[in-house]
Amino acid sequence: MSLAATPASPGEAVPAPARRAGGTLLPLLGRRLVAGVFTLFAVSVVVFAATQVLPGNAATAVLGQSGTPQRVAQLEAQMHLDRPAVAQYASWIGGILHGNPGTSLVANQSVASIVLPRVLASAALVLIAAVVGVGIGVVGGVLAASRRSGLIDQSMSLGSLIVTAMPEFVVALLLVVLFSTTVLRVLPAVSVITPGRSVLDSPAELVLPIATLVIVIVPYIFRMMRGAMLEALESDYVEMARLKGLSVRRVLFVHALPNALAPVIQVIGLTLLYLAGGIVVVEFVFNYPGLGQGLVNAVTTRDIPAIQFLVLLLAAFYVFVNIVTDVLVLLVSPRRRYPR
Amino acid sequence: MTGAGSAAGARALGALTRAGGADRGGIAAITRQALRTKRGAIGLALVLAVVLFAVVGPFVAPYSPDALVTVPLSGPSGHAWLGGDFLGRDVWSRLLAGGGALLLLAVLATLLGVGAGTAIGVTAGLVQGKTDSVLMRLVDVGLAFPQIVFALLLVSVAGARPWLVVVAVGVSHTPQVARVTRAATLDVAEQDFVKVAESNGVRRWRIIVFEIVPNLVSVLMVELGLRLTFSITLIAGLTFIGFGLRPPAPNWGVMINENRIGLTLNPWGVLAPIAMIAILTIGMNLFTDAFASAAIGVDRAGDLMLEAAPFAAEAAP
Amino acid sequence: MTGSGTVTGADRIRLSVRDLRVELADGSADVVAEVSFDVAAGHTLGIVGESGSGKTTVAHALLGHCRRGLKLASGSVVVNGTDLLAAAPEELRRHRGRMVAFVPQDPGKALNPVMRIRRQLAESVAGLDNGRARIPAILADVGLDARPEILDAYPHQLSGGQQQRVCLAMAFAPRPDLIVLDEPTTGLDVTTQRRVLDTVKRLSESYGVASVYVSHDLAVVAEVADRVAVMYAGRVVELGAAADVLAAPSHPYTRGLLLAAPRPNEATAMEGIPGYPPRAGQRPPGCSFRPRCPIAVDRCRDTPPPEFVRPDHLVRCFRAADESVRAVAGPLREQAPGPAGPAALQASQISARYGRRQVLHDVSFEVRQGECLAIVGESGSGKTTLARCVSGLVADWTGSVRFDGAELARNVRGRDRSVLQKIQYVYQNPYASLNPRKTVRQILAGPVEHFSGKRGAAVTAVVSQALESVALSPQLLRRFPAELSGGERQRVAIARALAVEPSVLICDEITSALDVSVQAAIIRLLHDLQLLRDLTLVFITHNLALLPSIAHSVVVLQHGRVVESGDVHAILSAPAMPYTRSLIANAPRLDPPGHENPPQSWTADLRETTK
Repeated sequence: MSLAATPASPGEAVPAPARRAGGTLLPLLGRRLVAGVFTLFAVSVVVFAATQVLPGNAATAVLGQSGTPQRVAQLEAQMHLDRPAVAQYASWIGGILHGNPGTSLVANQSVASIVLPRVLASAALVLIAAVVGVGIGVVGGVLAASRRSGLIDQSMSLGSLIVTAMPEFVVALLLVVLFSTTVLRVLPAVSVITPGRSVLDSPAELVLPIATLVIVIVPYIFRMMRGAMLEALESDYVEMARLKGLSVRRVLFVHALPNALAPVIQVIGLTLLYLAGGIVVVEFVFNYPGLGQGLVNAVTTRDIPAIQFLVLLLAAFYVFVNIVTDVLVLLVSPRRRYPR
Repeated sequence: MTGAGSAAGARALGALTRAGGADRGGIAAITRQALRTKRGAIGLALVLAVVLFAVVGPFVAPYSPDALVTVPLSGPSGHAWLGGDFLGRDVWSRLLAGGGALLLLAVLATLLGVGAGTAIGVTAGLVQGKTDSVLMRLVDVGLAFPQIVFALLLVSVAGARPWLVVVAVGVSHTPQVARVTRAATLDVAEQDFVKVAESNGVRRWRIIVFEIVPNLVSVLMVELGLRLTFSITLIAGLTFIGFGLRPPAPNWGVMINENRIGLTLNPWGVLAPIAMIAILTIGMNLFTDAFASAAIGVDRAGDLMLEAAPFAAEAAP
Repeated sequence: MTGSGTVTGADRIRLSVRDLRVELADGSADVVAEVSFDVAAGHTLGIVGESGSGKTTVAHALLGHCRRGLKLASGSVVVNGTDLLAAAPEELRRHRGRMVAFVPQDPGKALNPVMRIRRQLAESVAGLDNGRARIPAILADVGLDARPEILDAYPHQLSGGQQQRVCLAMAFAPRPDLIVLDEPTTGLDVTTQRRVLDTVKRLSESYGVASVYVSHDLAVVAEVADRVAVMYAGRVVELGAAADVLAAPSHPYTRGLLLAAPRPNEATAMEGIPGYPPRAGQRPPGCSFRPRCPIAVDRCRDTPPPEFVRPDHLVRCFRAADESVRAVAGPLREQAPGPAGPAALQASQISARYGRRQVLHDVSFEVRQGECLAIVGESGSGKTTLARCVSGLVADWTGSVRFDGAELARNVRGRDRSVLQKIQYVYQNPYASLNPRKTVRQILAGPVEHFSGKRGAAVTAVVSQALESVALSPQLLRRFPAELSGGERQRVAIARALAVEPSVLICDEITSALDVSVQAAIIRLLHDLQLLRDLTLVFITHNLALLPSIAHSVVVLQHGRVVESGDVHAILSAPAMPYTRSLIANAPRLDPPGHENPPQSWTADLRETTK
């Protein structure tokens, strides 16, 4: 290697070609999937163990007051509750993997038939709220970052602090008071849809629940987006782009925005995760026939198989969202995707 | 980047710290700084107002929270300032009596959650290696569903007694707190001043207590604030749904739910407790935000400025 | 008005700056003021200054840009007839990247991390005739091949040197009239820096651009600039031909800088400049430099000095004409031979790895009691790892370390307390080596209490004395690190090490993060302490130029191997190995060949330009 001070650089290390198949994408996906499966497995164990710790057991829960010791024993045998815990777990998990998560203790139908119709209803809530909320938050955040007007900035950040502080049921009830009962009376306060019917049949009943969720998530997304854009706009590379004489549009959309994508994707992922929990209270307020209400009912009636399955479903949703988020973030971060 | 590379940044930083009114690095100082902002002062004032209300309330209520004093769902009147609830009890008296339990439970749950989470997070961050991996896998399980679902799960298992609610909510905080404190610990533990103590042979526990923990305090304070806000939200939500403190106990969450049917007749049964909860959480959020900003200004100046090198060199506002 | 920096002769003036003034956004104070100079085509003006001098602000202003919190208040920046400061925003934008170009300080951050190099290069030639076609040519000019591996790469996949060359290509490709370079070689290895500097010089000449080269490093400026402007506290305090300014400075600050500059060829006693520069809005009345100036008189307090000019040379000092105060370099240090006694510290065949990577290969060295050994290497040479192995902070290494004849345990845990006390370590980054939550007293007291068991007043006495030995006042005991400057913090770090009375002090690049004048003071301090306390020093650095002023012997490392070792003067004057030779040859020199004009006297042609 020549050490003479010549302009050419024959000896300098050449970077590996940037288009190696997938970079680190596939290995990461593989790792995350494996980790996800393990997590779900662990969650299922925790859920199962927790519900089996109940004082009394499923049999006594079903029979309630009318359970004499003999009838309890009889039902226990029928429900296979006399087998060792591990075997019970195995049959439960096996059932789930085969599409049969057990029978509800309360309604005498399969858990699946109780839960699955509710999935669609909740999915509608979550997806619509997410799309609307993310849309408003992202656009608002980008605008706020590029305008940097002191007054708008201050008031929006204060507003978002205030709104994110309030619990969802507070927001929900305020909306009810505003639009259903007291101030205006244009929207229904509770839903009368029975589980199973399509929620899209009566869109008026969707408005307030979705509005609640949107109000709660928008400030967070807005702040994160604004923060990410600001960080990009104040970076050295954006300054360099300006010093290169690039147009304002190009600087904003070609240089700044792509660098703000990673945090935004993470925020959207977190929002979806949050919504999975937010629906519990919101559906309760509006009597909306979704998974959240299903879970509350199940806990109230101690319908153990239903509880187990619902929690497992939510955990699976979590794991799924986390994996997708990680993969997408990797896709937009060349630094991590193609390490030196 | 070689030593020479961060040289420019650190040189510039030198100018800035000489220049820019660098404060002392103490928690008291950060708090004072936070209180100097409008946000911080108003936030703390709101919180204190609600706390005072909840603590003193039961002693100044005109009626017992269980007494039937008026027509159910009647509007505000001379002897029932906020009207009657769905049974005819005095909303105002119930409001005064309804905050104490909520606050107590929320504080306990937060302390539990932050305490346990910090212990786990700091341990994982310091010990690293296998212990770290194991602990973080456990944390991942805890993070695999929403906090409220976690709490509901535990509540479904053991019934809805108050102390159980505390444990359920507290434990549901633990994974998040563990994650945050682990990251902060890793950050601090790799700083050179910790290495100085290590290379002098100072014992592990002393390093943890005297070098590392003081630098975690501001992170912990912010986490405490955030978690407390969330505890209040969770516990109020749980009692609202019907788990936790049961009627006839006066409790803001319970009040909101049980008076819902009367919204069109006497909204105050719902609006008043909602207002109390909202003021409390808003105040907490404002103050925590002010504290976090003050903390960043005071002690993270070093980290931030090393990145923002050239700017610091010239402008010293 | 004849500008004081006017270039005479037939050279075409490309850049003409007059009375440039940049203020804080609220107008409360100026950051840069009264700055005027010209630059001719094919020539380079070097702007030299330390932190807070305003040089980067001036660099940005030449493109009509200023950072947030500042505003371009008044003055003119005329490039080829167009005043950029007066131009409309759209016109200014058109000129940027075309008529005037910028080369940033940190190419790693200035290149968009999510955009491939090809696209970023294309942006700089978009819309020009033969835009695309120029790219391979310009890449060749800066020494990069137009290979797919480079063009399709993302910035983080290139080395620092390659990144900077991409930035140079982006700047030169549109054939601008003016190029502004903001410390473009900071952070680069000496070898890479040499290549970049040569490229800049070559291209400036062949493309005929006017260049403005901003730097804190006097030696680099000496290499690259035809004319030099020295900035202090936002003003140009001296401006003239490089030979004049650097060989025979007329302003006391310039003189101070030259006294503080490390020189690889002579064992000068570097001198720091006491105090630190004022920040915007806090300038003392009269001359800004007065509080730190060794030759200040009463007149300096009353009015700011106007410019004293002779053709081609401006000085902002009342005493510019005084011949008597013209020393340029400090006295030569006593070149005592290194102590010849028993070895205090012996390292044998140290090999270390991080994971799978082998970082050190069989490194051995020896230091005698009272001697200073320098360990020199570029980044990746393993010098810090070596120091950490010796201190017992690395997990995975083989070899042995003997201290006072006795073998030391590999890890800190296994070592005796007294050994830990005797070998102390000072870190590079003064912002990370002091616990921000502790007061100076607590920071200093920690090791003292730990090793000596003393408490209370006895400890206070010890730490006060430690502070005084590093020329700091015991008043600082109550302060927190955030309240101290970089130089002060580093002194505290040194005091902390000295307070426990070690016999060996390992200094790991302790001055890399400091201004030149502060660095000089710290080196001086170390040198004096070593003599006073018979300390054994291990001084790690990448900067060869510091060696003669502090070290007796040196070990040169490359890629984890010892390339050469021996007496400092022997090696610097007659290096045996090619790598050492290249390190020495590539280091920028303050008096490069070509700058041999004798200093001219001031007595004739003294003109006073009032403002």
